[in-house]
Amino acid sequence: MIKAEQKPIDEILKYLSPYNKILLSGCGACVTVCHAGGEKEVGLLSSALRMARRKIGRPIEIFEATPSRQCEPEFATELTETIERVEAVVSIACGVGVQTLVRHFPKTPVFPGVNTTFLGETVSHGVWEERCQACGNCVLEKTGGICPISRCAKQLLNGPCGGSSKGKCEIKKEADCAWQLIYDRLKALGQLHKMEEIIPAKRWGVESRDGGLRRIVREDLKI
Amino acid sequence: MGNFDPKIIAFCCDQSGYPAADMAGSLRLKLPKNVEIVRVPCGGRIETLYLLKALERGADGVMLFICYEENCQFLRGNLRAKGRLSYAHRMLEKIGLEKERIEICYLATNSGVKMAEALQRKSEELRKLGPNPCGEKI
Repeated sequence: MIKAEQKPIDEILKYLSPYNKILLSGCGACVTVCHAGGEKEVGLLSSALRMARRKIGRPIEIFEATPSRQCEPEFATELTETIERVEAVVSIACGVGVQTLVRHFPKTPVFPGVNTTFLGETVSHGVWEERCQACGNCVLEKTGGICPISRCAKQLLNGPCGGSSKGKCEIKKEADCAWQLIYDRLKALGQLHKMEEIIPAKRWGVESRDGGLRRIVREDLKI
Repeated sequence: MGNFDPKIIAFCCDQSGYPAADMAGSLRLKLPKNVEIVRVPCGGRIETLYLLKALERGADGVMLFICYEENCQFLRGNLRAKGRLSYAHRMLEKIGLEKERIEICYLATNSGVKMAEALQRKSEELRKLGPNPCGEKI
């Protein structure tokens, strides 16, 4: 899922300095799971912002909402009545949620309250790690399910590099070498022959993120 | 800092804090004037939001009276409370409010005296810190 971390409160207070009545909107999906922007975090951040503004003698009125998925028009438009009553919105959904609100409410400033960081897995309680970079052409079948784009610092498709040492990465010393993990996994599956197949270079500018805005259209789903 | 009676919200868990409060009452121990007890089944029920909301609504300080580590009847409730307190402290630091305003006190069922002493100490500490500048006026 998408992972995010809350922005520093003083940064959010700076965005809000011209405003006295805002909506703080969370999201019931990804940011709830990583404890950055769910209903609880909406309550916590609202409370902290109210106290911070009261301390400087400039109280602020904050409406709170947590749509189920802020990136879907049906849920985002549920906020219409509330947004008409406020001067600005702080969204602690991911960047997608912020931009969905911007598209549907073009007259109201919408500010991000979190930094969207990566697509990741919950490793254990309170620990999340990057697992995917949405490169657009998944090679996990060839690498035993270990992603060389997100987990190899050099994004090598035919690793390891010469810097891999004792299973660790030379770029990020505390990280496991992705190609060591790939080797171990393919060996355990009895599929080491896959490491002998050359994976061709990614077409970054065509099937991936360097070719501009990506779009998926399903004609069969259009109503 | 003043002669005001600090308003303290005391979250008391059913297994330790609440019986201790009961004992303090039975022993007629002197407690600060302005203490409000909030009974919870376990320290694990105390959400971070309750701690911040207490201060937002005008309390000067918050105490959590919960079981010692490894003594929680629900195994990890007190550890959850400890984690949430630490998060609340980080938020207070970010908004410029003293983190000493929220504190945990670990105790057992028979700790009526300890509870009374902790509340008196906290009341004195809050008197020195002054009224909560971020709360609603109550």
